[in-house]
Amino acid sequence: MLGLEFPEINEVIRWVDLFPTFNKIALIACAAAIIGTVVFLLAGNADSTVAPKGVRNLAEITVEFIEGMVMETIGKAGLKWTPYMLSFFVFIYLCNLPGIIPIVYMPATARMALPLFLALVVWVIYNAVGLKHQGAGYITHMLWPPGVPIFLKPLVGLIEFVSNIFVRPFALAIRLFANMLAGHMLLVTFAILTEELIIGDSLILKPLAVLPFFMLVFVTAFEVLVGFLQAYIFTILACVFIGSSMENHDEHAEVH
Amino acid sequence: MEAMIGLIAQADAAADAKAANAAIGAGFAYGLAAIGPGIGIGYVAGKAIEAMARQPEAAGMVRTTMFLGIAFTEALALIGFVVFILLGL
Repeated sequence: MLGLEFPEINEVIRWVDLFPTFNKIALIACAAAIIGTVVFLLAGNADSTVAPKGVRNLAEITVEFIEGMVMETIGKAGLKWTPYMLSFFVFIYLCNLPGIIPIVYMPATARMALPLFLALVVWVIYNAVGLKHQGAGYITHMLWPPGVPIFLKPLVGLIEFVSNIFVRPFALAIRLFANMLAGHMLLVTFAILTEELIIGDSLILKPLAVLPFFMLVFVTAFEVLVGFLQAYIFTILACVFIGSSMENHDEHAEVH
Repeated sequence: MEAMIGLIAQADAAADAKAANAAIGAGFAYGLAAIGPGIGIGYVAGKAIEAMARQPEAAGMVRTTMFLGIAFTEALALIGFVVFILLGL
């Protein structure tokens, strides 16, 4: 039989500490921050009078993409949030990308710390924006959407409170984290299957290694999409949350 | 001495049984958590395609909303996945 042994999850997602309190996850996160900053600094310093090319083209496409997203979800009043959303998007995308880059093969967002922190930042911001724009009315609007019958108020208030204060940031963090971790585990599974089938003793099974290898290639291609999509979804949800606390809740959009 | 060995064997068996139950539970947790969101995502995507086919000029807006809907639906499956990881450890 095959000596198939799946490594412990700690082995899969934990890397050696480079030096205490600084492991390779932190290294990837720092690299993502630095690369994003450098790309946009280079693009910003490019001559704006000639037709854009190279890095400036990339930066312009990204900015326009985020701008369109912000316009769609918050509206014109939200355009000042574009740089903020842009840094979110670029940072998360650059953190997701190492999951499919050979040798590195680890998305930094597949550890809970990074998504949780990002989600907490979004939580603080949308609550602060709500308090700033609507004052104390934000709390009552959050607890009781207009038109709730008086005898339902305790129940609805409790549900809305839990969903707005706890579930939103938690679901935001879990979504990013679990998607990246699941993709990473899929890659690990098919890589191990391929390796074991090739190394294994039985000659008959060796050609079968082609099957998990094809899956490996397919999942890698799929991860390219997922990495982008998760960055996009995280950013657009941050936009939606901020937009929903900016507007007056005359037309209440139900968002969890 | 033999009583001791018997006790240790019993404890080992109990730990094994616990690990086995956790593994079974983990499998069921993910499998069951995937049913609802699977149906839900299919429904969201299907309706979105219907809307885009009817009104291609609204495709951009529909796509954005579709991704939002998928993200909210998918969260349930992902929580199941996290439970799977936690139980499987």
